[in-house]
Amino acid sequence: MTPELGHFALILAFVATLMQGVLPLIGAQRSQAQWIALARPAAQTHFLLLAFSFACLAQSFLANDFSVAYVAQNSNTQLPAIYRFAAVWGGHEGSLLLWVLMLSGWGAAVSVTSRQLPEVMVARVLAVLGLVSVGMLAFILFTSNPFARLLPAAAEGSDLNPLLQDPGLVFHPPMLYMGYVGFAVAFAFAIAALISGRLDAAWARWSRPWTTAAWCFLTIGIAMGSWWAYYELGWGGWWFWDPVENASFMPWLAGTALIHSLAITEKRGAFKNWTVLLAIAAFSLSLLGTFLVRSGVLTSVHAFASDPSRGVFILLLLGVVIGSSLALFAWRAPKVSAGGAFALVSRETMLLINNVLLVVATGSVLLGTLYPLLIDALGLGKLSVGPPYFNTVFVPVVVPLLMLIAVGPLARWKQADLRDMARRLRLSFVLALLAGIILPQLMGTWTPMTALGCLLAVWIASSTVFQIVERLKIGGGSAPTSFWGMHLAHFGIAVFVLGVTLVGGYQEEKDVRMQTGDVVSVGGYQLRLLSISAAPGPNYRASVGEFELSKNGRVLKTLHPEKRQYFSSQMPMTEAAIDAGFTRDIYVSLGEPLDQQGAWSVRVYFKPFVDWIWGGCLLMAAGGFLAVFDRRYRLRVKAAASLPASATA
Amino acid sequence: MRRWPVLLMLFALVALVAGGVFAGEAAPLATNEAVEKRLMAISEELRCLVCQNESIAGSQADLANDLRREIRKMIGEGKTDREILDFMVARYGDFVRYRPPVKPSTWALWGGPFILLAGGLGALVFFLRRRNRMAPPPILSEEQRRHAAALLDQSDT
Repeated sequence: MTPELGHFALILAFVATLMQGVLPLIGAQRSQAQWIALARPAAQTHFLLLAFSFACLAQSFLANDFSVAYVAQNSNTQLPAIYRFAAVWGGHEGSLLLWVLMLSGWGAAVSVTSRQLPEVMVARVLAVLGLVSVGMLAFILFTSNPFARLLPAAAEGSDLNPLLQDPGLVFHPPMLYMGYVGFAVAFAFAIAALISGRLDAAWARWSRPWTTAAWCFLTIGIAMGSWWAYYELGWGGWWFWDPVENASFMPWLAGTALIHSLAITEKRGAFKNWTVLLAIAAFSLSLLGTFLVRSGVLTSVHAFASDPSRGVFILLLLGVVIGSSLALFAWRAPKVSAGGAFALVSRETMLLINNVLLVVATGSVLLGTLYPLLIDALGLGKLSVGPPYFNTVFVPVVVPLLMLIAVGPLARWKQADLRDMARRLRLSFVLALLAGIILPQLMGTWTPMTALGCLLAVWIASSTVFQIVERLKIGGGSAPTSFWGMHLAHFGIAVFVLGVTLVGGYQEEKDVRMQTGDVVSVGGYQLRLLSISAAPGPNYRASVGEFELSKNGRVLKTLHPEKRQYFSSQMPMTEAAIDAGFTRDIYVSLGEPLDQQGAWSVRVYFKPFVDWIWGGCLLMAAGGFLAVFDRRYRLRVKAAASLPASATA
Repeated sequence: MRRWPVLLMLFALVALVAGGVFAGEAAPLATNEAVEKRLMAISEELRCLVCQNESIAGSQADLANDLRREIRKMIGEGKTDREILDFMVARYGDFVRYRPPVKPSTWALWGGPFILLAGGLGALVFFLRRRNRMAPPPILSEEQRRHAAALLDQSDT
């Protein structure tokens, strides 16, 4: 019964979103107030219906209803309850349901927080979101129905992919999708503005907090995925340039460009066309990411659900979205005014260079991700494009971008004074140079790459701190929230860069053969193997190692890496044990038994400053959230509310 | 008691072995650190063909373990990195390399980002220059500006 209710709600949601997508749009064109007024209730109904449908699916999972095919494929009675819940989005159908739920959630959020916006604008924005949802819901209902019954019901489910049985599954996909799908709001604002022909600074101001919020979720989502891969996959890497990682990274890069160009459009009314194009690009890349992951064109760590026939549908959807929005753009763009003038040396130019570099970076990742697919499709052989390629082409683009972070915020709008900027950067320059010379030597050995990384990190961090100090002096100890947000995010990048540099340059790795009692030293720490014993789990059996971590003879703690054999799968799973610290992680993972005497191959890593990578990402996201809550976005509400009063006064 | 020396030797041997087992520094899977460094560098460039997108350095699959052993052997035989990579490509094809070879079918791949960068910066310069040429003259002339300032001063008082 529950699955039928869920299915029925899904169909009703489809109807609601059809109304949300079509009627307000027509109403806005014809100035029909009743149809315009439909947008909000339709968007909210759409969200509630999808939430109900989602809850039904979750209930089917929790109740082990194996008469639902999707549940039978992705769950098992032995699976702990929390994973039975998270398994809702562990497969293809459910993750799409989560996708549209997020989309409708963003739509509902727009509908309740947009009282200060013109009704026509809101109607158009919600309609565009509705139309996107129509496409995705049709996709779900016609090709990927999560409620399809399995008759006769399976006696037992075939279990969730063991790689996914991890707390990471509970948080990573929802965060990632929040970000991915959130760019739909930026896209909808851009399309609504194009339809109305009113591309102005107000439009940029309205869509800015939404874009930044989506960007923050995406940042957190990607960081969590990276951290998950780090501790789960057992090789201690944090980023592999895997196509699926790239699928989320491309919208992030485009979104980063977008939040910067929105700044120009809001403050100076310039580059509206370019900003609109970026908004279209960011969301298209999100859809492309969904296509890459969900169609199964990739075979990679993350692509679990694959069914080529479904790919065609998403590709079609992608084509319709990109094609129609570009056509609309080509029609409207020539009529858009150029906006305020500015000199060659100005914040506008700095932000444009930022945009060019970010777009080139996005393009490079896109090229590297799609190239092997293209070559394969053309029958030119099979090719792997991996980390060595991306590091080679990505770093030259990113280094000037990082250099610019310290400089850009110093530049004034319209016209900046180079000499003044140079004066204010002098101290940062000296500090960065010193850091480049000294820090690598403190860590061990000096290499050009680590020197460059340390230099960049200190360059950004010190310039950021000096700018805050300057501002506080001038502003009498206070500054707007968005100012703090920007600098916190930039500071986060410095932290991130330092983490990447130090762990890349100074990590130690050892592959050893260990028997009980053996000791391995890494990074000044000693790990002694106390025992390796068998231990049962809820749906697996594990070999659990007990390692004693010590430094200079003082025991710090014991670590328990595991090797798990899930009953439902052949692949053994590695659960690394990590002693995380502010300045280093000690990482132990069990390899395999080597002989009858109980010797195992063991891999240990010493990873200096690795947590700074994710810490930096969190700072970036925190900065973004601060910016979202800047007073001026809320002042707008008060100003609009008080307008009639002041008009009569 | 002729057996004593033998027994003593046995004891010594047992103690040695036991000592080796119970307090020993774990034996690295490789004996030479320089070799290990090269092994990691090479195997990070190679794809583990039975895994889902993992390098031979990272993977714990049997194939990856075997290949690491094989590369270690080849390093021991004095082969250069180049020769080892060539051997792997000869055996498994270009697919095994994470750094695609530069050849006609990958020119676009390797050249693309740099063409994009050059094109992007070129477009930026072109755009900025055109925009500067087209930029409208200041909205107020110098005289008007002074007049406005004077008006503002008046209103202040």
